[in-house]
Amino acid sequence: MMRSALYWASHYLLLALYVLFALFPLFWLVKVALTPNELLYSEGIRLWPSRISAEHFRFVLAHSDFPLYFRNSLIVSSATAVIVALVSGACGYGLSRFVFRGKSLLVALLLITQMFPLVMLVAPMFRLLAPLGLTNSLTGLVIVYTAFNAPFATFLMQSFFDGIPRELEEAAMIDGATRFGAFLHILLPLTLPGIAATGGFVFTAAWSELLFALMLISSAQASTFPVGLLSFVSKFSVDFGQMMAAGVLALIPACLFFLFIQRYLVRGLTAGAVKG
Amino acid sequence: MSAIDIQGVSKRFGVTPVLHEVDLAVAAGEFVVLVGPSGCGKSTLLRLIAGLEEVSAGSISIGGRRVNELPPKARDIAMVFQSYALYPHMSVAHNMAYSLRLQRASKQQIAAAVGAASAKLGLDALLERKPKALSGGQRQRVAMGRAIVRKPKAFLFDEPLSNLDARLREHMRAEIKKLHRELGATSIYVTHDQIEAMTLADRIVAMNAGRVQQIGSPLELYDRPANLFVAGFIGSPAMNMFPATASRSQRQLRLVHGRLAVELDHDRGLVEGTALTVGIRPEHVVLGAGPLQGIVDLVEPTGLGTIIHLTLCGAALKAFSLERLSLALGDSIAVDLPSSRLHLFDVEGRRIP
Amino acid sequence: MGADHDEGEAEPEVSATGRRLLRLAEPYFYSAPVLLLIVGVMLIPLSVGLSYAFRDIQLLDPFSGGFVGLDHFRELAADASFSAALRHTLVWTIVTVALQFILGLVLALLLNREFPGRRLTQALVFLPWAVPTFLVGLDWAWLFNPVVGPLPSWLFALHVTRDANNLLSDPATALIGPIVAAVWWGIPFFAITALAALQSIPRDLYEAAAIDGAGVFKQFRSITLPLLAPTIIITILLRTVWVANFADLIVVMTNGGPADSSQTVASYVFTAAFRRLDFGYASAIAAVLLLLLFAYGLAILSLRRRLLHRYS
Repeated sequence: MMRSALYWASHYLLLALYVLFALFPLFWLVKVALTPNELLYSEGIRLWPSRISAEHFRFVLAHSDFPLYFRNSLIVSSATAVIVALVSGACGYGLSRFVFRGKSLLVALLLITQMFPLVMLVAPMFRLLAPLGLTNSLTGLVIVYTAFNAPFATFLMQSFFDGIPRELEEAAMIDGATRFGAFLHILLPLTLPGIAATGGFVFTAAWSELLFALMLISSAQASTFPVGLLSFVSKFSVDFGQMMAAGVLALIPACLFFLFIQRYLVRGLTAGAVKG
Repeated sequence: MSAIDIQGVSKRFGVTPVLHEVDLAVAAGEFVVLVGPSGCGKSTLLRLIAGLEEVSAGSISIGGRRVNELPPKARDIAMVFQSYALYPHMSVAHNMAYSLRLQRASKQQIAAAVGAASAKLGLDALLERKPKALSGGQRQRVAMGRAIVRKPKAFLFDEPLSNLDARLREHMRAEIKKLHRELGATSIYVTHDQIEAMTLADRIVAMNAGRVQQIGSPLELYDRPANLFVAGFIGSPAMNMFPATASRSQRQLRLVHGRLAVELDHDRGLVEGTALTVGIRPEHVVLGAGPLQGIVDLVEPTGLGTIIHLTLCGAALKAFSLERLSLALGDSIAVDLPSSRLHLFDVEGRRIP
Repeated sequence: MGADHDEGEAEPEVSATGRRLLRLAEPYFYSAPVLLLIVGVMLIPLSVGLSYAFRDIQLLDPFSGGFVGLDHFRELAADASFSAALRHTLVWTIVTVALQFILGLVLALLLNREFPGRRLTQALVFLPWAVPTFLVGLDWAWLFNPVVGPLPSWLFALHVTRDANNLLSDPATALIGPIVAAVWWGIPFFAITALAALQSIPRDLYEAAAIDGAGVFKQFRSITLPLLAPTIIITILLRTVWVANFADLIVVMTNGGPADSSQTVASYVFTAAFRRLDFGYASAIAAVLLLLLFAYGLAILSLRRRLLHRYS
C-alpha cells in the first residue's frame, strides 16, 4: 500500500528510538567493562573511553570464580533443558493426540502453576530440600527448575504437535508402525525446530533464575552465575569495571541463544494459531 | 486379496451416534464405493475398517479373521488419504519404502517393490523429490504407490480425488479403475461425488445419516433407487420430485395439488387417496410431444445437451435433452411424463415397486 | 511381506481387554512425569508453605517451629511496611503493565510492515528479553548510579530531576528504577505477542478499508483494535499476575529499600525469608498475596461471565 513520506519518516524515527532504547544499556555495560580503572571516574559519563583495556575481563576470567559459576550454570541449564524437553514433550504429545478423562483438570493445573507467585515456595523449598541434601547442590536446582518450566514447555510442545496433521501418524500406523514408532519416525523429525526452540527457551529461563538459586545455594562451589555475580558485586562493590565485565560475560550465552531462536518464536506463535 | 465382512457395526462418539447397524459384505477383488453427503458416516466407516477408530458394536472381519481388536498395523490394509498424508521429510522413494523398512525387508526386496510400483504409476523421474516439490496429481500417485508397494489384503480410499481440479480428477479416475483391473485388489472407496461412484464401483453403498440406504450396482441404483434419498442423490441433474395423491381410478395420480393428472400404465395396487411422491429423471422427460404444456423458464446449454427449466402447471420441472432445441424464455412446449419412467415412493420415502 | 498371513490364524499375544486397558492408560503414562513434578515440587511445598504461616519458623533458631495461630497475620495488619508494600504493588503492577503494553503495541505496529533491514531491527529490538533478569537489574542499577552511569547527570541536565543523585537511594523515587528496568525488559514480550496477533489479521480487510477511503488511524481504530482486542486483553490480564509476582528486579536493584520504600508484596516475601530468615512471617505474607491473586482471578471470571452474558 502506498504511504506518504511523512509516514515513513516517522516510522523510521520511532524505530530508531526503540533500537536505541533497547541497545543503550547493553552498550553502556560493554563500555564500562572496557574502560581502564584510572579513567573510570574521570571519564565516567563519556560515551566512549579514550583508551580501552581488557584488564577487567582478564581479571574476571583468571582471578575470580567466574569460570566455575559459568560451568555450574551451563550444567544446570543444559540438564534442565534436556529433561524438560523429554517430560514436556511426552506430556504435550499426550495433550495433543489424546482425549482422556481428567484432561481438562490437567490443563487447569498446568495453567494455575503459571499464575501463583513462585516466591512463596522459597521458604518451604529450602526446608524440604535441606534434609534431602539437595540444598547447595546442582541436582536440587535442576529438579526445581524442571518443575517450574515444565508447564509452559508443555503448552509450547502441544502447540507444535498440534501443527502436524494427525493423518501423517495414521498413515504411518497403517504402514505398520506402532504409535511410538510413528512418533519417532514422523512427528519428531517434523517438530525438531520447535523442540529446539523450546529447549532454548528453557535454557534461557534456567540460566537467568535468581531467587531460588540465591536461597538454595550458599557455597561458592555450587553457585550458578546469578548467585556468583551477586556475591561478586557485593564483594567488589567499588570495582565497577570488573563487575560490568562479569555482567558482559553473563550476557553472552543468553543473547547468542536468543538471536538464534527468536525467529522461531515469532513464527511459532503466529503459526500455532493465536487463540484469543 | 481378501473379502471384508461388516456385520451390525455401529459407532458412537461419546453419546452422539454416527453409524447405525451397518451390514456389508465385500467380495475379494471387488471395488465398493461408499457414497453420501458430508456427515453421512462414510469416512467413519472407512476408518473403522482401517482400525483408526474403535467400533462401538458389531464386528469387522478381513479375510475371514475378526479384526475388531487389532491395531491398524496388524490388519494388513493400505489407505490413501484425502490429503495424501505423504511424509514431508522423506523423498518419494522413502515414502514408498517406509512400510517395507518397518517389516525389515531386505534392500533388494525394497528396491524391487518400489521400482515396480513406481514404474506402474510413472513416478520413476520423481523418486528423489520431496513431496512439497510435487504437483497435486503427482502426490496422489505417490500416495497410491505407497499403498501398492505393500501388497495388502485391501485398499481403502478416503476421497482421494477431492483436492484435484476437474480435468485431473477425470484422468485419475480412469487411472484408479485401470489399476484396479490390473491388481484385482479389494477396494473400498469413499466419495461424496456420485459420478465417481457410478464410474468406479462394482457396487455402490449409498449412505445417509449413518445408515445404509441402498447397496447395489451403479445401474441398479440408477434404475431402481430404493428410497427418496438414493433417487435424489444418484444422477445429475437430480431427479424431479412431486408430491402426489392416488386418485379414484387407481391408475391415476394427481400431482401438484391435484392440478396435474398422470396415467399409470398398470395397476400399482394403491389405495385411493394415498399420499406419495413421484419422481422422474430430467433425461426421461419427453419434450415436443405429449398431453401437458410447459413454459420455458431457463435454458442451460452444456455442449453435450441442454438442461431446460420448465414450469408445468405452476410446478418447477427440469428436463434434459440431447438434442439442440431452439427454445426461448416464455416459449410453450409439449411435455410428456411417460409412465414407465415414473418412480413412486410412499409417504416414508420408500420405493413402491 | 504383507500377504503372508494365513486366513483365520489366531494371534493376539495380549488379551483383548488387556490391550484395551493399555490403550486407555496410554495418555496417562505420557502425562505422568510432568504431573509428578508439579505435585511434588510445586503443590506439596505450596501447602507446606501455607502451613508455615501459622507457625513460628526462624531458620537460625533450632527451637522454633511452634504453632502460633494468627500471630503473624496480626503482626502483618500492624506492619507499616506491609501496607506500604500493598500500595507499591498496585503502582508497580499498573504502571509497568501499562507501559509495557503501550510501548510493545506501538513497536509491533511498526514491525508489522516490510521494510529493508526489518529482520535485523527485529532481532535487535527484541534483545532485551534475552538478558537474564538479574543482569537487567544490575545493569539499570549501574545506569542510575551517579558514579558509573550517565542517567543521573543527563536527567539533571534535562531538568527532569532536582539533583544528580541516585534515584534508587531516594525513598520517593526508588520504585521508578525497577519499573524502568521492567519496562525495558518486558516490551519485547508484548511486542512479540501483539505482532503474532497482528499478522493473523487478513490483509484484505485493510485493502477494503483503504478503498473505502479510510486513512491510517481510521484503519487502526476500526480494524486493528477490535480484532486485536481479545488477544490483548488476555495477555494483559495474565501479564498483570506475572508482574505482580515478579520480585527479582526489586530484590537486585533496591532490596525493597531504602526503608521499604520500593517493596512490593512479592519482594517482601523474599526479603523476609532470605534476609530476615523468618519463614513463618514470609509465609504469612505469601498467604495474603495468594489471597489477593485468588480474588483477582475471581473478579476476572465474573467479569468475563457478565460480558459474555451481555453480548450473547
